[in-house]
Amino acid sequence: MSPDALTFPGVATAGGFWLVLAIIVPIFGILGLWRAGPRHTERVGLATLAAGLVVALAIGFQILRSGESVVYFVGGWAPPLGLALRADGLSGVMVVMTAIILGATGLYACGQFGFRRDGIERRAPLMFWTMILAIWSALNLIFLGDDLFNLYVALELLTFAAVPLVSLDGSKATMQAALRYLVFALIGSVLYLLGTAMIYGAYGTLDIVLLSRMAGTETVLLVAVALMTLGLIAKTALFPLHLWLPPAHAGAPAAASAVLSALVVKGSFFIILRLWFDVLPPGIGEIGVQGLGTLGAGAILFGSVLALRQPRLKLLIAYSTVAQIGYLFLVFPLATGSGAVAPWEQIAWTGGVLQLASHAFAKAGMFMAAGLIYDALGHDRIDGFAGLGKALPLTVLTFGLAGMSLLGLPPSGGFSAKWLMLSASLGEGQWWWAIVIILGGLIAAGYIFRVLAPALGSVDQPLALKGKVSRRRECVALSLAVIAILLGFVPLKPSETLQIGRLVTVERVMPDGGVAPAPGVQP
Amino acid sequence: MTASLTDPATIFGLVAAALVGIGLYGLILEPGTVRKLLAFNLLGGGVFLIFGVVAKRGAGAGFPGDPIPQALVITGIVVAFSATALAITLLERIAKEDAAEKEAPSAGKDVSP
Repeated sequence: MSPDALTFPGVATAGGFWLVLAIIVPIFGILGLWRAGPRHTERVGLATLAAGLVVALAIGFQILRSGESVVYFVGGWAPPLGLALRADGLSGVMVVMTAIILGATGLYACGQFGFRRDGIERRAPLMFWTMILAIWSALNLIFLGDDLFNLYVALELLTFAAVPLVSLDGSKATMQAALRYLVFALIGSVLYLLGTAMIYGAYGTLDIVLLSRMAGTETVLLVAVALMTLGLIAKTALFPLHLWLPPAHAGAPAAASAVLSALVVKGSFFIILRLWFDVLPPGIGEIGVQGLGTLGAGAILFGSVLALRQPRLKLLIAYSTVAQIGYLFLVFPLATGSGAVAPWEQIAWTGGVLQLASHAFAKAGMFMAAGLIYDALGHDRIDGFAGLGKALPLTVLTFGLAGMSLLGLPPSGGFSAKWLMLSASLGEGQWWWAIVIILGGLIAAGYIFRVLAPALGSVDQPLALKGKVSRRRECVALSLAVIAILLGFVPLKPSETLQIGRLVTVERVMPDGGVAPAPGVQP
Repeated sequence: MTASLTDPATIFGLVAAALVGIGLYGLILEPGTVRKLLAFNLLGGGVFLIFGVVAKRGAGAGFPGDPIPQALVITGIVVAFSATALAITLLERIAKEDAAEKEAPSAGKDVSP
C-alpha cells in the first residue's frame, strides 16, 4: 500500500462551515430549550427548526451551484488524521428533506403533549422537542459524516434519541416496545462496530473517500461490510429483523411516529448505501446484493400482507413501513452487482433515492393523518371509520394522497420511483424484481382502499366526533402528502443532482461511459 | 508478520474472538433482556479488545503502534455504557409497573406518574 493512498484527494471547499452548522444548530437549540424554561419550549423549538431549514437550504443551494461535493475538515486536519464532513448530491437531498419534514412535524406538534404556554411545567413537551432536535443533529451527522466511526457515533445518538420518543407517554406497553427497539438497535450497533474495527485493522483509515480508493476484493473487507450491513439491517428493520418496528412506531405519539417512520429508519439505510456504493468497488458482492434484494422482496410481500390484516390504523401504517423499506433494498441488485449496466444502474439509483424521499413525505403525512383521526374519534379501529370522509375531509384527503404515492399510482413520487425501478429491472433482465414491485403495489392498493372504502362510504347518520382537530394540523399533514405527489413531476431519467460527488462515477467511470472493472476482477 | 500463539496480540485476538462468540450466542439465544444486555456488554468487550489488538499491530500505515484505535475504544465504551444505562432504566420502569399491577390487579392500568 503506497503512502499516496493515505492522502485525502481534494481540499476543503468554501462554505464548509454550513455543514458544521447543520450539525450544531440543533444542539444549540436543545441547550436553548433547557435554558429558556417551559413557557418558551415551543418557541425555541420552532425557531431552531427555522434556522436549521435555512442551513439545509444553503447546503443544497451550494451543492447545486458548484456541481461538486462540499468538503470540510474538522479543525483543519485532513483525513486520515482528522475527520472530514462531506456533502455530495445525495447528502444534499437528504439534508433538505429532513429539514422540511422535521419543520412540518414541529408545526404539527405545537400544542400537543399537554403543552400550555401559561401552564405548569410538563415533561413530555420538553422531552419531545429535545429528542426531535437530537434526532435532527444525529441524522445530519449521518448524512454529512465521512468517517465510519463518526457515523457509528451518529447512529448511536440517533438510537438514543429515538428510543425515548417511542415511550413518550410512559405506558408499560410503549416502554416494552422501546426496550425491544433498543435491544435490536444494540445488536446492530455492536456488529457495526466490529466491522469498523476490522476495516481499521486492514486499511488504517476509516475515511470513506480514502477507503474507496484502497478497497479491493479483500476477504476482510467483505466480511466487515457483511457484519456492518447485518447490524444496519437490524436498525433499518428490514425483514426478517423488522419485529421491533410495528409496536414501536404504532405506539408512539403521532408526531413522533411520523419522524421515526419517515426519517429515523432512513439514517441506517443511508449508511448501507454509503458502504455498498462508495466503499465497495462496483460489481463485487453479487451474492450480497441478490441477498439484500431477496430480503427486500420478502419485506414487500410480508409487510404488505400483514398490513392488510391489521385491525388498527397505526399498526397498518407501521406494517406498510416494513413493506416500503423492502422497496429501498431493491436498489442493491438493480444499481450494483454484475447485472447492473449503464444506464440502467443509474436509473435504478435515481429510483431508489426517489422512493426514499417520496416514502418519507408520504409516510410522515399519513402518520399525522392517523394521529388526527385518533384525536377526533378517540380510537383508530378501521371498522369504526364509516362516515369519516364527511367528518374530516381534509384528513381523509391527506391519507388518500399519501396512499396514492405508497401504492404507486401516477402522478406521485411513489409511482415515479417504482416506474424507474421497474424499467431498470426489465432493462437489466432481472425480471423477477419487476414481479415483486407490481405485486407489492397491488397489495398496497388493498390496504389503502381498506381504509378509504369505509371512510368514503355513505352513512345514514354523521359520525360522532369525540375531539376537535385544528385546521392548522390538518394543513401541515396535507402539505406533506402533496409534496409526495409533487415528487412525481421530477423528470423520469437519471438525476444529475444525485450524481454530484458520487465516488464511483467520479473515479471509476471510463471516458466512454462504461464502468471500469473493479480491481482484481477479470473483465 | 510472524504470529505465534504466545504473541500477546495473538492471545488478545483469540480472547476477543471468544468474547464476540459468547456475546453473539447470548444476544441471539438468551430469552431474558438482562442476560441479553450482559451478552451485549461481553460482545462489546470483545470488539474493544480487537481495537486494542489493531492498535498494537499498528496495521495499515506500518506504524509500530497506533493511538487512534484507543481513542475509538474510549468513545465506544462511553456509548456502550450509556446504552446499557438506558436499557436498565427502561427495564426498571417496566419492572415497577409489573409490581404495581400485581399489587392492585383491579386498579386502573395506567399507574405511571
